[in-house]
Formats: sequence, C-alpha cells, structure tokens
Amino acid sequence: MSDSTTSSSPATTQGGAMIPRPRPGDPEITAEVVEAHGLSAEEYERVLGILSRTPTFTELGIFSAMWSEHCGYKNSKRLLMLLPTEAPWVIQGPGENAGVIDVGDGLALAFKIESHNHPSAVEPYQGAATGVGGILRDIFTMGARPIAVLDSLRFGDLDSGRNRYLFAGVVKGVGDYGNCVGIPNIGGEVFFDRAYDGNPLVNAMALGLMKREELIKGEASGVGNPIMAVGARTGRDGIHGATFASEELSEDSDESSRPQVQVGDPFTEKLLLEASLELIRSGHIVGIQDMGAAGVTSSASEMAGRAGSGVELEMADVPVREEGMTPYEILLSESQERMLVAAKAGREDEVRKILAKWELEAEVIGAVTDDGYFRILEDGEVVANIPALPLTDGCPTYEREGIEGEDVKEARRRDLSAVLEPEGDLTEGFMRLMGSPNVASKRWIYDQFDTTVRTSTVVRPGSDAGVVRLRGTRRAIAATTDCNGRFCWLNPREGAKAAVAEAARNLVCTGALPTAITNNLNFGNPLKPHIYHQLREAVLGMAEACSLFETPVTGGNVSLFNETDGKAIYPTPVVGMVGILDDVDHATRAAFEVEGDSIILLGETREEIGGSEYLYREHGEVAGEAPSVDLLAERRLQHAVLGMIQKGHIRSAHDCSEGGLAAALAESAVSGERAFGVDVQLHARIAPVALLFGESTGRVVLSCSPDEESRVLEIARSHGVPAQLIGRVGPEAGEFSIRAPRGSIEIPVVTLRERYFGALPELMAQTAAEEVR
Amino acid sequence: MKVAVITFPGSNCDYDCYQALKTLGGFEPEFRWHRDEKLGDVDAVLLPGGFSYGDYLRSGAIARFSPIMEAVVEFARSGGPVAGICNGFQILCESGLLPGALLPNESLLFRSYDVHIRVETVKTPFTSAYERHQVLRIPIAHGDGNFHADEETLAELEGDDRIVFRYVDADGSLTPEANPNGSAHHIAGIVNASRNVLGMMPHPERAVEPVLGSTDGAGLFTSLRRHLEGAMA
Repeated sequence: MSDSTTSSSPATTQGGAMIPRPRPGDPEITAEVVEAHGLSAEEYERVLGILSRTPTFTELGIFSAMWSEHCGYKNSKRLLMLLPTEAPWVIQGPGENAGVIDVGDGLALAFKIESHNHPSAVEPYQGAATGVGGILRDIFTMGARPIAVLDSLRFGDLDSGRNRYLFAGVVKGVGDYGNCVGIPNIGGEVFFDRAYDGNPLVNAMALGLMKREELIKGEASGVGNPIMAVGARTGRDGIHGATFASEELSEDSDESSRPQVQVGDPFTEKLLLEASLELIRSGHIVGIQDMGAAGVTSSASEMAGRAGSGVELEMADVPVREEGMTPYEILLSESQERMLVAAKAGREDEVRKILAKWELEAEVIGAVTDDGYFRILEDGEVVANIPALPLTDGCPTYEREGIEGEDVKEARRRDLSAVLEPEGDLTEGFMRLMGSPNVASKRWIYDQFDTTVRTSTVVRPGSDAGVVRLRGTRRAIAATTDCNGRFCWLNPREGAKAAVAEAARNLVCTGALPTAITNNLNFGNPLKPHIYHQLREAVLGMAEACSLFETPVTGGNVSLFNETDGKAIYPTPVVGMVGILDDVDHATRAAFEVEGDSIILLGETREEIGGSEYLYREHGEVAGEAPSVDLLAERRLQHAVLGMIQKGHIRSAHDCSEGGLAAALAESAVSGERAFGVDVQLHARIAPVALLFGESTGRVVLSCSPDEESRVLEIARSHGVPAQLIGRVGPEAGEFSIRAPRGSIEIPVVTLRERYFGALPELMAQTAAEEVR
Repeated sequence: MKVAVITFPGSNCDYDCYQALKTLGGFEPEFRWHRDEKLGDVDAVLLPGGFSYGDYLRSGAIARFSPIMEAVVEFARSGGPVAGICNGFQILCESGLLPGALLPNESLLFRSYDVHIRVETVKTPFTSAYERHQVLRIPIAHGDGNFHADEETLAELEGDDRIVFRYVDADGSLTPEANPNGSAHHIAGIVNASRNVLGMMPHPERAVEPVLGSTDGAGLFTSLRRHLEGAMA
C-alpha cells in the first residue's frame, strides 16, 4: 500500500460527483450528533448546502473541526479584519503558518504566538510542552530555523495548591520541550490573579530566521504531486482537540478530557526540525505544513485551499501507531510531531532518504488534484468528499451583539479615594508588593529554561525584552510579550492599547525599534454579549495602537471560550512584539550599573491607582478606571529613549508597569549582578500611593552618567517628553530610599533583593507540603 | 588543526561548539554523524551537549552504542584529546572512558544560569592556558549534572589530580549554595587517568565572546590549540 503509484493517481475533474457511502458502524446523523460536534443548526444547514446531501459521519467530523473557533475563527474573523497587517517590511502577513518580516542583510524573521490553554488546564505538563512543540513547527515549516521562544502565562493565585500544581507543571513542560530541542527561552511574562482560577493561559511564541529566498509556504500545488505524511505516526491522541479548545471547561473536564490532550516528544521534534529544513532546502518539495489542530484534516484542506487545488488522501496509507483506526480518527487525531508535505512528483525516494537520515518516516498518502475537492478514501472507497474552499474559507462568520457587563461598570465607578489615604512610612506595603509574584523576580521560572543554547542570547530573561544577535551581521532581534488583563477587564479598548504600548516600550528600553506583532486573543465565550463587547473593544484598541506605532499584525491566534463553570477569564489580548537593533552593542538592560549615576524619570505620573497590583494585593480589589493611554505621548517617549540609547547617552532603561514607579526603581536596583542603593526624591503633589504604586502608562526610569544628565534632559525636552532628575544610584549594598512629599520608603537594598528573588521560590516551596489538587 | 564535532540525533550544542572553534580561530571543525564508522584524520574530538536519543532511557546511555563511538573510544585510547561537554560528559561516563555517573540534579529541576567554577588543575590539554585556582563564570544548562562515584573512585580522582573544575562561589569558595546540582566534591569536570579525556557539565562554548556575557570559556579551546601545536611541533 505504501507504493506511491498505487495511491497517488489523481482523481478526475468530476470529483464532486463521487458520493461517499457511510461506513458500517457509523452513527446516524441526527440533530444530537450534529450538536455534539459543536455545529449550530444554521451551520449544519450550510453544510447541507455545500454538499447538496447529508454528510457522512466522517464528513461531519471534518466540518466540526474546520469550523471550530480554533480553526475557523467564526466569531473573530470579522473583527480581525480591522487590524493593520501591512508594511513595506512585511513579507508574509496573516493566513500562513507564521508571519514573516524583512530584518535586513537578506534575512527574514518568521514569528508567531499560539495558545495551548485548554490542554494545559487539564494536563499542565503535556499541554504546555505540546504548545511549545506546535509553535516551533509553525516556524520551521516556513523554512526558518527557530532561534528563540517566549512564553506568556496566566494562573490563579498561588495560595491554592491546584494553581501551584498547574504553574509548576506548565513551567516544567515549557522548559523540558524547548531545552531538549535546543531553542533558547529569552523572555515572556507570567501573571497571577483569581480570574484565571481553573483556566490558566499558556501562550507560546517562537521566532525563526532564514534567508529571504528560503521562505516556503503551506501550499499543495501541481496536479499529480504526491502528498506525504512525515514524522511521527498517527495515534488516537488529541482527537477533536480543536473542537475541545472551542468549548467552555466544566468541573468534570479534568478527567473526561484527558484523551483530548496530546503527548509531546521533543526528541522527535528535534529530528523533524532538522529533517524539514534539509527537505525545504533540497528543492524536492513544493509545500509543507504542520499537522497541528485538527491534524490531517486542517493541514491537507488548508494546503489545497491556499493553492486553489484539491487533494485525495488514502487513509489506509497513513502510518498509524495502533490498529483499527477509523478514517474519522485518523483525520482528527492531533498526534504531535507530524508534517504534511507536498513533494514534487518523482522525488518521493529523495524525500524518504532525507527523512530516513533523521530516523523518521515519510509515506505517500495521496496526491494533489485539480478538482478543488478534499477527498478521503479508505481502501479505495470514498468516505468523504468535500469542496476544499468552502471547507476552509466558507465557515460562517458572525458579528454579535456586544454590551458592557454590569459588574465592570460598577467596578469602574468604585470610589477609591480612601485607598489613596495612607501617608507616612509606606515601606511595609512596598515590601508586600515586592513579594507579590506579579512583581517579584521570575528567576524561579527561567532558571528552568535553557536561555543560552545557540550562543546568540545577548539579553536573557529578567530584563524588559530578550535580545538575540544575528550571527554574521551587526544586527540583533528583540522580543517581548505583554498584556495586563486587569486593565483589559476594566476597559478593553484602553487595556489593549496599553498592551501594545508596553510591548513597544519594552523593546525600546532594550534598544530595539518595534517592528511587528503577533497577537493571542484570549477571551471568554463570545456568544455572551459582555464577552463579545470585550473582544470587539480590544481589537479596536489594538488596531489603533498598532497603526500608530507602525507595528502591523502578521498573524496570531484566537482562544475563546476560556471559561470554567460559566466564569470567564479577564480579556487577555497578549501582544508578542519583535523589534530590530541595528547594532547589537546598543542592547540595554534594566539594571543600574554604576554608583553615582543620575536617575531620570520620563513621562507623566497621574493620580491613577485603578487596576493596580497595589489595589489587588492590599485591598483585594480590581476596580477603578484603567490607566489612560496617550498613544502620541507614548510614541514621543519611545523616539526619545531609542535616540538616547543609539547615541550612547544612557546606561540603563526600564519601563514602569506592575507595582508602579517604586517597583521599577527596585527592579533596576537589584536585578543586576550587584545590588545598588537608590536615593530618590519625588516632588509631584499627588497622593503618595498613586505616586509610588500607581501604574500610569508611558513612563521609563533610566540611568546615565552625571556628565550626560543635561543632554538626556535636553533630548527629552526636544521630543516634548516630561523628564525629571529624581535621584542617584547609591553605593553597592546601600540604602534603598524614596522620599515623596507625603510618604517614604526606606529599606536596605540587600533586604529588598532577598525579597525580590526569594518570594516566588518561597511561594512554591509550600507545594511539597500540600495536596496538589 | 582538525576537530571532529560529533552529532548524535538530539545533539543541540554541536553547532555552538563548531562556531566557538571557528570564532576562536586556528581550528578546522568538522561534523561527524553518529552513524559514521570512522573519525578520519582528526586531531581532537568534541562530544557536544544536547539530548542524544532524547535521553529517554538515561542520559547518554544510547549514544554510547552509536557506530561512531567505537572510533571515539579507539581515538581516546591511543591518546587523542577528547572533550565531552554536558550530554557529551554523560556519554563519556556511559561509554566507560570516564568513571562515575551523572544523576538527576538534587533539586530535580533543570538548572540553567551562570555558575562559577574553579580550575583545579592546569595539567591537562584543556586547561593549560588557565591559572590554577582561577575562577571562571560559565553557563550551565542541565537536568542530570549531579556527579556521583563511589568513595574509592573519588579518592582516586582527588589523589591523582584528576578533578579539573569544581563549583565555587564568585570568590572561589566551596559553599553549599555554589553547588548547583549536588555533585560529589563539587565536581564540575574530570579527566581520565591518561589526562586526555575531559568531561565537564558547564558549557565553555557559550562563554567565548564579550557579547555573550563572558569569555571565560575561551581558555579551554586555546589550551587545546596550544597542546595540539606542541604535539605537532
């Protein structure tokens, strides 16, 4: 059966006339069966219209997967069209396995972010590991060699054993997979809040590099060209994962959903990576695609859809791990580490030879046809026959009613003036804030990740953004992920703008020019008006900010239905942004470097405490107005900072985010190799709590030699950016001191450092003593 | 000087070793595939880090059966310099070229950060360019780096000056916190009795350029170059 000549005979152009017969034992197609496949009555009507007949059970499974939110974007597509996607440096926008941009010197960068939220909620280790595996495959199927990964994670609070179990498992899963494949982890973020109880978010981002001409797409073109299954064999794992990912979770999802979670094998992935790149460069193939969500079904139909061709696949020829798998199971399996390849006719043996070198299999399972049909055979009998284009692009899309939720309205109106009251010694509150896992060092996480393999990492995790050099050039790439879900819950439009602004600010603080983004829209159930409102507003905010920053969206992922027992997560539109450093020597870090240096604050501190970490930790509340975002002021700030870095005027730069100005100063003081004291005097006449802990956007703390002080202030002024000299870097192991008109913080920096690095390990040390569930 | 860098399925530091040799100059690195049966005409052999065969059975346990390993063992027995880094160290232990074994880290967690190691002996082909007791800052990245051997073997390693590197703090002291994985006697690297086979867990190839944050690993390669130049003269 594996002989390429027996199974690859291209079908006739009358493909549509072939009517598949139900297989013996197939369930009858009833309204209940349709509903169990996640299709609405209206969508099923559309299926009937496309086929002009009742689908077989196999066909219903195919439609169910392809028209799930995960593959079909039916609730988000109309909104996604509002995002800017073009710029002169964009080589490949949305719609492919990954976006691609020009980074100069004849090089192109492929990058993308993807979620693995639902699998990670059920099985954190495998869920996270396969999330990394999937995003790496998206990168190398474009012809790019992966050069870095980042991870954007959300969990419930760590006082729950269950959340610690999820957190520890996810971190280990992300680490073990990336470490084994040998891709450095250069950054990301993690955020803890009760809104993510039971519904953690695991978004993995990867970057890959190629020569411009090495770009290859996921297209199945050339009638008669063989379609080959490459890599691992197909098993029964992950069947209907895409449909599962498009549903709400419930109490019993935990046990009953386990079989829908895939199992990863990073060793096979590493072999597949090397084999795929060799294959792409060999010229023996015309297209390649990861068998990710919805496995063979989505990869084959999308490859045909993009090329405007058809495909015919013989299920009996697919290499399987277990006996007796039905076409339905083979088509919907999400077994990992598999690729679908459209080879050039006559080159099958060359393809097999390359795969065999890497101890992998490649089998011809079908061929490209010219009739536009996605056709599935079982031992020569047609079991599914669906027009490819309506299957991939014909998924109904919806625009829904969106209304702001009453609970949000009420939370925003909450009077927070009492919170702003405390005066005097604010040191204790500050130290509690520094012990919050949202502010404290994330070293416990990234010490488990290989950050230096590939010997190109210039800025490792723990600064504002990660930086990797491009060997053989002066250039380097910076990358970051950002999103504050609390801001987005209080005001999704401003929150999404803030996410884009913060990502750009982080890149600028490391010396990079922000260039493009990939986004991961994590939301609740869009069928609920208040969730659809969040989704629409967030996309609008993101579109506005991306247009202004000239950072087009080149692709991404939508993860909806993030709800457990009817309770939704915060709207969390994660921004993964990449930027370019023209000279790797511009790479700048957050940590202070020299005693006596001037500390300068750029940007405006407003009396904003809404949505802050301080409010959550000290008062248990998420309320008030989210900090406002002035995109034009933000852009001026970023121009100014980038200019200062490129001209060599400053030694460190760090953006103010969770924990406000006080936390930013603390991070710059203790996160370097040595801990420096800080002597800062603030003059603003606003409430001390807002001044020290408020999270006003558009602010950067930088340090420079006293000789450069006047020049730095002058550059800021010329850009119209508020700038003040607020103090000096103190002696090593000195005093951390911030004095404000109506409150102050005084603590030995050594104590501060212990709290900053010790908090997360301490929180996690509770795990061993407790039940993990 | 030709240096063979061995690539096993799952090696992921092979390219880094190759680049370090290129960057430091004076070497002609060549890749050898695990299925090759001959090393060919080479002056030294590097076994790079990674996860050979996924490390699914035990780190390095399958790689030792690769066809190329017979040639590597023969090369080592004839006195040729062989260095195994990280997974390469594990493979050398599994193949019997070095004593002891590398167990999972005491913390049971993968550990990846810069450590300080102290050069314990300069009487090897890999450390002659360093000063004795010089402290180096070099990254580690491993899950199974906890060096273990019986008391007799440890005494022999100590007595014969075969411990090449130990984990220390920045000041060169043997504090418990400085030991990242629980290794016996803080061992980070050892040589065989003939002193031509080195195994070490830290990654010197990741510390050879200022842009990477440290150049402390370069001495290992310059030592090797010096040794080979001497052998050729």
